[in-house]
Amino acid sequence: MHVHFLDPYRPGQSPIHKLDSRVKFVLTLAFIFAAALTPTGAWAIYILLLALVLGVEVLSELRVGYVLKRAALALPFILAALPIVFTMPGEPRFILSIGPWALTASLPGLERFISIAIKSWVSVQAAIVLASTTEFPDLLMAMRAVRVPRLLVSIFGLMWRYLFVLADEAIRLMRARLSRSGVSDQAGLKPGGSLAWRARVTGGMAGSLFVRAFERSDRIYMAMLARGYDGEARSEPLQALSGASWVVLALSLFTLLALLVFALLFWA
Amino acid sequence: MHHSIEIDHLSFSYPDGHAALRQVTMHIQPGEKVALVGPNGAGKSTLILHLNGILTGQGEIRVAGLPVTKPNLGKVRARVGLVFQNPDDQLFSPTVYEDVAFGPLYQGFPPAEVRQRVAEALTVVNMRNYEKRISHHLSAGEKKRIAIATVLSMKPEVLVLDEPTAGLDPRARRSLIQLLQELPLTMLVSTHDMHMVKEIFPRMIIMDEGRIVADGPTDLLMQNEELLCAHGLEKP
Repeated sequence: MHVHFLDPYRPGQSPIHKLDSRVKFVLTLAFIFAAALTPTGAWAIYILLLALVLGVEVLSELRVGYVLKRAALALPFILAALPIVFTMPGEPRFILSIGPWALTASLPGLERFISIAIKSWVSVQAAIVLASTTEFPDLLMAMRAVRVPRLLVSIFGLMWRYLFVLADEAIRLMRARLSRSGVSDQAGLKPGGSLAWRARVTGGMAGSLFVRAFERSDRIYMAMLARGYDGEARSEPLQALSGASWVVLALSLFTLLALLVFALLFWA
Repeated sequence: MHHSIEIDHLSFSYPDGHAALRQVTMHIQPGEKVALVGPNGAGKSTLILHLNGILTGQGEIRVAGLPVTKPNLGKVRARVGLVFQNPDDQLFSPTVYEDVAFGPLYQGFPPAEVRQRVAEALTVVNMRNYEKRISHHLSAGEKKRIAIATVLSMKPEVLVLDEPTAGLDPRARRSLIQLLQELPLTMLVSTHDMHMVKEIFPRMIIMDEGRIVADGPTDLLMQNEELLCAHGLEKP
């Protein structure tokens, strides 16, 4: 009766699963940076980046369809870039009239928008592959390895640990509400109550969840203090990266760098 | 006359494949008070969640004569009062009154009837003066009583409780036992409290690994120390 659907990790034995989490973490970041720094309209490079991430998806045995479905999450964020189409100066392409306003779409604006859309799309895919093939504790370890502040890493860790507890709690609350949402045998009664009343009940549930999360955090903190916590997050020293991992890391970084240099030389 | 609870060949597996119930069959008469005992993970809570259709497995369940099927769920939920183990899950409104009023309000009763039902339910659990109190600030024993009142206000035919005495001090436990003894409802109570079972439940069902391993008079089963021991229980 526990919540697992929030956990994006998919167990597997693929080469991508087995790759050291530090290598995956650094490469994902590097990939996202490379995509972000690639100039607008470098279509050939975009295709190569997409091919790269699709190749990794195939290697990871995650099923490309699965990753693409999750990548649809990026769509609403892409919309934020939509105004660029109409605000960039340049050769007008078409005019969109909404009531009294006429919006002029320019060619450079359109180009910029499509570039941003593609870049975010491939970046999100890379992040999904990372999260789906790496267990969260390994991700935390990777963050420590690249010197993300320890306090931040321990906050991520605690959040991850208790997110599920909180979700379980929410499910139990909803179950208890459902159990009392009955329909009377008496004729002429309309079950369900008014919308305002239902909203108030839901508000009460959210509030109670908040109060309990708050109290739990107090108890967790006390339990940490009881075991000697002094505000400093400590952890075991990290294992050295294997030779093979270094080779993978170096080669992949070189490829990404080459792509980026190529893109900057020809399109910037 | 129908049985209050009729379960026939009920099996259920969680989505991860773990079989929680295997071929469970039990029939409970109106007015009967039955204890459901067994080790942690035996499937007691899973079984309870089937009684009002929160979980649905393979097999047949009828509660108060109604088959527990999708079109009937609303009526079934009005007839089964399910009290969860952790009262904090059950008390989700800011005040005691609002929590106890939830069931009748949901069913659409007029305000006067809702007020009367809340007053009655709180009187039964001896918490008449708690209407305006904030649920969050009550003691564990008080919360438990309010949780029971929240389902009594629906005037259910069957009362189902999950571990009602867990975490209560002796006095709160004692008064809860007295309350359960006095309530004239059909009762199915999952518990580890063998002393309570001996005191107020004439019939006892032992579950282990998703199966019913024994079902009979409490006096008789309590004498069988070997049976109790084999299923992680203790003779009181």
